Amino acid sequence: MPSPHDLDPSTPAIRFEGVEKRFGDNVVLQGLDFEVARGDRVTLIGPSGSGKTTILRLVMTLEEANEGYIFIDGEPLTHTREGGKRVALKERHRNEMRKRIGMVFQQFNLFPNMTVMENLIEAPVHVLGLSKADAVERGRELLARVGLVGKEDAHPSSLSGGQQQRVAIARALAMDPEILLLDEVTSALDPEIVGEVLEILRDVARTTDITMLIVTHEMHFARDVSNRVMMFDGGRVIEQGDPETIFTAPTQERTKSFLSAVLGA
Amino acid sequence: MSWNWDHVWDSLPFLLEGFVQVTLLVTVVSSAIAAVLGLLIAIARRTAPAPIAALLTFVVNFIRMTPIVVQLVFAYFAFLALDALTVGILVFGVHYATYMAEVYRAGIDSVPKGQWEATTALSMSRSRTWRAVIMPQAIRATLPALGNYVISMFKDTPFLIAITVADMVSNALEYGGDHFRYVEVIVLAGVLFLIASYPTSLAIRKLEERIAFTT
Ligand SMILES: Nc1ncnc2c1ncn2[C@@H]1O[C@H](COP(=O)(O)OP(=O)(O)O)[C@@H](O)[C@H]1O
Ligand SMILES: [Mg+2]
Repeated sequence: MPSPHDLDPSTPAIRFEGVEKRFGDNVVLQGLDFEVARGDRVTLIGPSGSGKTTILRLVMTLEEANEGYIFIDGEPLTHTREGGKRVALKERHRNEMRKRIGMVFQQFNLFPNMTVMENLIEAPVHVLGLSKADAVERGRELLARVGLVGKEDAHPSSLSGGQQQRVAIARALAMDPEILLLDEVTSALDPEIVGEVLEILRDVARTTDITMLIVTHEMHFARDVSNRVMMFDGGRVIEQGDPETIFTAPTQERTKSFLSAVLGA
Repeated sequence: MSWNWDHVWDSLPFLLEGFVQVTLLVTVVSSAIAAVLGLLIAIARRTAPAPIAALLTFVVNFIRMTPIVVQLVFAYFAFLALDALTVGILVFGVHYATYMAEVYRAGIDSVPKGQWEATTALSMSRSRTWRAVIMPQAIRATLPALGNYVISMFKDTPFLIAITVADMVSNALEYGGDHFRYVEVIVLAGVLFLIASYPTSLAIRKLEERIAFTT
């Protein structure tokens, strides 16, 4: 398997090709095409129920598309075309692909039966095969980065929501992902601690070249970290561009009304 | 009728023999079998291909819906090559495994979906997911119910007399019959049960506290 670093830099990190996703009769995404270049920070915006979370979950292989293809670094994620047919790829392949992708959830989803450090080293040791000592050292660095030095032995239940989410960010980063998916990571937090979590993500954006796909209602944050904003509605991208343009001069009526609603303008 | 301590001291060794060699032995060994087999059944029902899972569900329901005495006698005659005590241990183990499997299933279902999703997002293997994330959380929720089944199994051991295996209660009845005197031995058997179950339930409580997820 080619290392992603040997790839042609113009190969997109993520590419959706004619993706359709249904839940029963509910067609959530239809004929969806888009690309995210390597190192891009893309924010998805759009009304609730427009399918933003579903897109992230498709990339993380938590959902499976009904039609179409998703490529990561040019390689098919879950399905490939073989002689004009759509063929499902084996779990082993999917698991290899997954290692390049990390996700932070709205509800943190830390493992409550493990300490903070155990949460951080579980996958590096058992998935990436790091030695425990190396994983712990890296875990310490990450804890420092998210401002939680000294919390190694704490259990998640003893931490505040903001602290738990910072651990969850550290846990995702511990896998050294190429692509990081952030699904409304501050929506479950009290307003006064949203800032501390966003500050850490701003720092991650500044100091790494991780490709990020972000769903957020924090428009200032979206503006600061992303270089592209995609507006979703009715299962399609209806408008996209750099944040400055989208936020100040949207062309689509639906984008305008959506933005004025979330910005309270 | 007055209480006669002589019968208590006289019968005690005989009762203790039944207690240690049958009641305790069957409870401990069969509990271990039930706990492990129950877990395997619960995991298999969730992960095996649909036809196998359906067959397993049928077998589990069948075992749960027939009395343990019937199963004991059936197995006793079906497996003549095995001695009665071994049959008893296996039947108790399998019978209670079907109950424990249900408890585990409920425990596994109580683990939030987000936990499974986090393991996928971290590319964790299936086996590691079960071992490191799902089971520790599922077991924590199931321990009280599993403990109750152990105590219930303990109290079911007199049924073993149906296949000639005499536990403490059967010994008490035998002693009572021989001496035309039941009061002391039956009270003694009850007290011995209580003496054994009470620390067991305390031990289960301690274990629950120890695996609670707090610092
Ligand atoms: N597991 C599911 N089962 C059924 N419907 C779902 C499921 N997940 C999402 N949906 C539906 O898909 C649509 C898009 O959901 P979602 O991707 O969560 O939107 P958003 O994140 O933009 O609010 C909604 O109509 C939602 O009800
Ligand atoms: Mg959503």
